[in-house]
Amino acid sequence: MSLDEIKIGGMGASRRRVEDNRFIRGKGKYVDDVVLPGMLHMEILRSTVAHARIKSIDTSAAWEVPGVRLVLTGEMMAARNLAWMPTLSYDTQAVLATDKVRFQGQEVAAVIADDPYVAKDACAKIVVEYEQLPAIVNPTQAQDPSMPIIRDDKENQPTNKIFEWEIGDKERTDQAFADADVVSTIDLHYPRSHPSPMENCGSIADYDRATGKLTVYMTSQAPHIVRAAVAMVAEIPEHQIRIISPDLGGGFGNKVPIYPGYVISILASILTERPVKWIEDNTGNLISTGFGRDVYLQGQVAMRKDGKILGMRMHTISDHGAFYADAQPTKFKIGLMHSTFACYDIPAAHLTSVGYYTNKAPGGVAYRCSFRVTEAMFFQERMIHAAANDLGMDQAEFRRINLVKDDMFPYRTAFGFLTDSGQYDKCMQVGMEAIGYDTFKQEQEEARKRGKLLGLGISTMTEPLGAGNSREYDIIGIKMFDSAELRIHMTGKAILRTGAKTQGQGHETTWAQIVAHELGIPADDIVVEEGDTDTAPFGMGTYASRSTPVAGAAVAMVARKIRAKARKIAAHLLEVSEEDIEWELGRFYVRGNQERGVTIQDCALAAYSNIPDGMEPGLENNAYYDPPNLTWPFAAYFCKVEVDAETGVWDVLKFVAVDDCGVRINPMIVEGQVMGGLTEAYAMANMQYITFDEEGNCIGSNYMDYLLPTAWETPGFELHEVVTPCPHHPIGAKGIGECATVAGPAAFVNAVMNAIEHTGVRNVDMPLMPNRVFEALQTGKDVSGMPPVKVG
Amino acid sequence: MSSLYDEVAPNPGADTPVRRVTIEVNGEKRTVDVEPRLLLVHLLRQGLALTGTHSGCDTSNCGACTVLFDGSPLKSCTMFAVQADGHKVETVEGMGTASGLHPVQEGFKEEHGLQCGFCTPGMMLASKALLERNPNPTEDEVRWALSGNLCRCTGYQNIVKSVLWAAEKMRNDQPQEA
Ligand code: FES
Ligand code: FES
Repeated sequence: MSLDEIKIGGMGASRRRVEDNRFIRGKGKYVDDVVLPGMLHMEILRSTVAHARIKSIDTSAAWEVPGVRLVLTGEMMAARNLAWMPTLSYDTQAVLATDKVRFQGQEVAAVIADDPYVAKDACAKIVVEYEQLPAIVNPTQAQDPSMPIIRDDKENQPTNKIFEWEIGDKERTDQAFADADVVSTIDLHYPRSHPSPMENCGSIADYDRATGKLTVYMTSQAPHIVRAAVAMVAEIPEHQIRIISPDLGGGFGNKVPIYPGYVISILASILTERPVKWIEDNTGNLISTGFGRDVYLQGQVAMRKDGKILGMRMHTISDHGAFYADAQPTKFKIGLMHSTFACYDIPAAHLTSVGYYTNKAPGGVAYRCSFRVTEAMFFQERMIHAAANDLGMDQAEFRRINLVKDDMFPYRTAFGFLTDSGQYDKCMQVGMEAIGYDTFKQEQEEARKRGKLLGLGISTMTEPLGAGNSREYDIIGIKMFDSAELRIHMTGKAILRTGAKTQGQGHETTWAQIVAHELGIPADDIVVEEGDTDTAPFGMGTYASRSTPVAGAAVAMVARKIRAKARKIAAHLLEVSEEDIEWELGRFYVRGNQERGVTIQDCALAAYSNIPDGMEPGLENNAYYDPPNLTWPFAAYFCKVEVDAETGVWDVLKFVAVDDCGVRINPMIVEGQVMGGLTEAYAMANMQYITFDEEGNCIGSNYMDYLLPTAWETPGFELHEVVTPCPHHPIGAKGIGECATVAGPAAFVNAVMNAIEHTGVRNVDMPLMPNRVFEALQTGKDVSGMPPVKVG
Repeated sequence: MSSLYDEVAPNPGADTPVRRVTIEVNGEKRTVDVEPRLLLVHLLRQGLALTGTHSGCDTSNCGACTVLFDGSPLKSCTMFAVQADGHKVETVEGMGTASGLHPVQEGFKEEHGLQCGFCTPGMMLASKALLERNPNPTEDEVRWALSGNLCRCTGYQNIVKSVLWAAEKMRNDQPQEA
């Protein structure tokens, strides 16, 4: 009899998480929990100003502090050719500043001491003399010829421009606009936002001179990429580098880049011949690491009177900070921004992009986002909202006219992506019914009569997840595939390792479920390991929602290789030819005689004790999976808000999320991902405000100024599901980690705008803080969020 | 049992003051020598190797360092170790026993109240304190009681469910009155 898949924790089981067993006992092992014998502690001194020449650095008083072992400056790094390092976008980034500081919070010096408190004391004794230069805090200033060149360290960098890039068909798009009855325009700023995982970044570097081996514990979402980069920068051969990414306290894209602190700790360990621990403080994390977004989004759609969209054009101006360090697939300078409008049937589209350096920390990381798609979809849904209003058409109806229909798949978008599956209209229907769409307008009118402002916002989108295929997607030349290695022990238990790296997504639980589904081995019998480059197969790591689409597929594929070998063993055990063997979950049997069979565990034992002649012993294998296409989940979100006209404060009355992420491995975990993502979307729309004043001072450098939502503010979410399996993924899954962060913000903003746009206002930039909403209500005018902000 | 904490200043100069304090941690008396400026969170994590108490911000905002101080939730980055002299501290390591979990721990696992796990010890201790003074809280009361603890992963909805799950279990486990 076949096994009950749910009972063995297979696909579709809301299996409770195995990683929880250590976390709920306080036994997780995060970087800061690792203690090595003889370990020293490092603290970084950061620049107090945004743009300045360094006239001098005096470290003599720091050396005097008892317990200090080493003080490092840029000059000392330069002597070892380590003052600069390559970024993941073919730029360079200062490790410790030598000539200039280019953003507030930039790394200027480091102290290594016996104790972290002593290292901090000594840092305070370093004297740096700066000669201040004008700070550039937005792309408009970056274009001003009277402003200084930020990257005067680079040859061939006569301006502050990083790149110009375009994609799409300009002529066809121009024609579409010429043919249009109505053209609608929008101009937005997607502000900087910081991913702010609860755990800050850190590393422990341990160089062993005797063996030549460098081991680094590190908060990294992509440890194999780090290994390759360290091999290039530190000139240590790759086989002598071991990167261990232990438990991560969240990542959200913040832990993809390679930070100066990691590199400094490595050199410090080489010089002191002791393990060196660096744990960033929260302000250090907020002002210097992986910001997301910060891009101006301008665009238009061309429409017929009946609501059909004929074409769209878009222009982005992105602010990357002082170093172009956000990892993007090489071919695409502004990430996958051109996935915008992918869920709509549009004949012509054109995108132009320009990127600038500014005196801000490096920005543009994929903050819970698949390479700029968060910005792409925010623009799309704000544009759609404005266009429907300009046409005088109902928001839902306008979307339903233009969404790609079920029978149009596979559908080639105007920018060239191939979306392959979905039931967009069904998702709309489910959401509309759940939010009470049909009665809302009446409700809104009645409420307005009583002086209450209600609004309803919609956001629909499909996003490209799971980069790559390797033909099109690489990071610094490394192709974006992923891997899994599976070993079945003789008692039928197993260990699985992948090139991904969980940060809370629950890979230890869900990967085992995929193996259980493919092999019938109970999930509890499978241990999953990730993050140690000495043991895990090479992989590109976890970000851009690529784990399930790529590494998850590799897990299924390696299990199928194991099954193929086990089938041969089964034929041997059952003394029939392989063609006469049938499979049911967990068991092979002789065709026509279901009673006569052997379990997968029997085959595992035989692989080590009774193998057919000529067969290699053992039952293990690996798989490298290069996806044929991206996966395309769909989301339809509906948000109902009430805005208080007296204060500009808004409350979410109801939020309905309909997600189609294909086949769900573990529904409980999928829902957890959606709720977490929606909360970050809410946070971006409402309160996560981190910006810069005219001198480049970061406003929002701690959790008192940079507000993250608590349990008290965060609304409840009502989740619904529609399932359209991905046609090319081995288990039909599409990825879900980011859908909610990507589609969510526009739902909140559209809802608030819907409540206040009768005053004539067309746009308020995020975050929609009460003062901005209030100002819009008072003036009926748009409110821009462009820095610099006025302080005091 | 005593543990001498000498990691703060391995070669303390004559002018480095050191204070001896005794704190009851998870039911055991611990006597340690500390610099007066040492934060309680760092004593727990580094001196006593109780790394279940996390440090997220050191500015009293995130709640990752929450412990129970004489039974009440306290952000251990807000307090010096010397201030804890003579008091009782409970950390996540003291919540369960060798054989069993506290219902709050079970609830967090059962209702998927955690993802990366970084906020979890603080969340669970704040929850435990709530349930000790209010065995039957409403959803709003749970949300308010946890509003000093940030979580970036879960969106809180499942954390609330976890606490309500634990509350119910604890009520059911109470011996019925005759
Ligand atoms: S570390 Fe204590 S509140 Fe954040
Ligand atoms: S579970 Fe990650 S911060 Fe709460």
